Amino acid sequence: MPEILVFLLIKLILVIVIFALWMTMVPLLIWLERKVIADIQVRLGPNRVGPFGLLQPIADAIKLIMKEDITPALVDKWVYGLAPAMLMVPAFLAIAVIPIGGVVTIGERSFALQIMGLYRGPGLFVPELDAGILLVLALSSLGVYGVVLSGWSSANKYSLLGGMRSSAQMLSYELPLGVALVGPLLLAGTLRLNGVVEAQADYGIWFIVPQLVAFAIFLMSGTAEINRSPFDLPEAEQELIGGYHTEYSSFRFAMFFMAEYVNMVTISAVAATFFLGGYRLFFNDIVWLQPVWFVLKLMAFLYLFIWVRGTLPRVRYDQLMKLGWKVFLPVALGNLLVTGLVIAFSPANTILVMSIVGALLGIATFFGLSYAIVYGLRRRRPESERRVVEPTRAGVSE
Amino acid sequence: MTLHQIAFAAVAAVTLISAVFVVILPNILRAALFLVFTFLGVAGLYVLLNAEFLAAMQVLIYIGAITVLIMFGIVLTQQLMGARIRQATQVRMVVIALPVVLIAFAGLAKTFIRPFASAGEHVAAAPAPVDAGTLHQLARMLLQPYVLPFELASLILLAALVGAIVIAKEEKD
Amino acid sequence: MPPVTWYLYVSAALFCIGLFGMMTRRNAIALLMSIELMLNAANINLVAFSGYLTEHTLVGQVFALFVITIAAAEAAVGLAIVINVYRTVQHINADEINIMKW
Repeated sequence: MPEILVFLLIKLILVIVIFALWMTMVPLLIWLERKVIADIQVRLGPNRVGPFGLLQPIADAIKLIMKEDITPALVDKWVYGLAPAMLMVPAFLAIAVIPIGGVVTIGERSFALQIMGLYRGPGLFVPELDAGILLVLALSSLGVYGVVLSGWSSANKYSLLGGMRSSAQMLSYELPLGVALVGPLLLAGTLRLNGVVEAQADYGIWFIVPQLVAFAIFLMSGTAEINRSPFDLPEAEQELIGGYHTEYSSFRFAMFFMAEYVNMVTISAVAATFFLGGYRLFFNDIVWLQPVWFVLKLMAFLYLFIWVRGTLPRVRYDQLMKLGWKVFLPVALGNLLVTGLVIAFSPANTILVMSIVGALLGIATFFGLSYAIVYGLRRRRPESERRVVEPTRAGVSE
Repeated sequence: MTLHQIAFAAVAAVTLISAVFVVILPNILRAALFLVFTFLGVAGLYVLLNAEFLAAMQVLIYIGAITVLIMFGIVLTQQLMGARIRQATQVRMVVIALPVVLIAFAGLAKTFIRPFASAGEHVAAAPAPVDAGTLHQLARMLLQPYVLPFELASLILLAALVGAIVIAKEEKD
Repeated sequence: MPPVTWYLYVSAALFCIGLFGMMTRRNAIALLMSIELMLNAANINLVAFSGYLTEHTLVGQVFALFVITIAAAEAAVGLAIVINVYRTVQHINADEINIMKW
């Protein structure tokens, strides 16, 4: 068998396995979310379908797909049909660069447990994609289109408002998200995700310690980027009905729903890779067990997202914008500056100095941010900025 | 044709056809949507030219930022609720523009592109192969020989940021 | 491998399409979109030459990066101007905006 066929076969198996992993995470996550939220609110949660209600997401999915797919009369049909796909395709493509395990060697061939990863066989060498994390960021910026276009094409005021809010929000939070990742990248000295994981193993410390500030900024901006509570303004039910996907039903709605959860898993995967050492533990372990560590770290982040949703109230829109531009972005840039200075001025024991500086900086930022949020953002808007909205005819049903 | 050439043909076709839709579609929001596909096609061309970093930047900046801004501009400046955002194309200008554009293309092909088909000493037959250090090389170039334009670019960005805010800010009566 | 002239033809075609848009469109935002097409055409040329020149130095890619930066700045300022004009005269038809003060 020619080497190229072996290569393609191995990649195909990798695609299937990793895709299946993501696809099992989604229903599991939906079930977990409902159970945990129910627990927080002292309810039982789903408990009818299957043991502990485990089959509930599957029942929901079947129900959704069996429903009638309604296309409202006034929508721009072409764009309306395209929008869910434009949200879902980038969400799935980002999976391709996440490493779920290290380099596996079978006989004379070795390959990374990563779809766009390294492959070395007799007579064929395929390196890992050089700009891996850039691909993730680029794809997450593509997701904005699904939201804007679905909001616009629905020919519905609430959808449009939801779409506009969301696009502004995602644009604003992409910046601190990207800048926060540059700190770990500087320490690792590479843009390849596998390189970031190996760098953490080499240093013997997870980047969450030296890059505590970046971690906090990344997690919060990530929450905003995937429109999760407390930053779920685009689909704030009380204000906007369902936001940009108000008009969607049946399978198209399921696509929105799925894209949201896939994005959540992907953001968690990136966080685990960059800040919690990815698939590596502290000691040198068996390569085949590494996906297990990876999934465990992933689950920790997913639980955190659910916990946050069950705990925090939604922020107001002007607070959201202020937080992104006036707090997160400057803090992320400051962290980048400090990281750069440490790397430039103490090349000998960078990681030790950075760990001490990073931890101190993290504590200082925590108190600073708490102060800013409690006293700055909760202040009432000054009289001049407040607007009185007159009730209009359009809001009254006839 | 080799695999590479077929890929080139497909990507180039996507780019050019979407670009044509960008300039002729009456619905300007759909035109902006096709602008996204054009930029994706250009990013594909960069990948074929072994410039992965530039392709990522193309997607990140052109598609993720500039086109979203353009869509924002469209929705903010047209009536918000019009599902049919139309805009007039000047029909009599088409009559003038079409020959002008065709002549321009012919002129470019004759004077600028033809010479490269035969010139062998400076232009290679195939793009240079990727070496793993392309990214490092690019970074080194930006911060050593081209550090002045690099810093100037950041200054321009800052000026544009401030300028855009000042211009777009609503004046309080 | 396609020869360099293929890329140059695509680039020239893209530039001409942008030019066509510049000449026929009236909406200021559509004009902005046409400008972006033309800038992209220039970028394709730069990157193609950067790849195909025998003394391979990546200069073209560096310049393309600068062009992308300038394009971002241009789009931001351009859209700010468009929004300001819309606020003043309620339309953005470029050929009807012929007053120099308000």
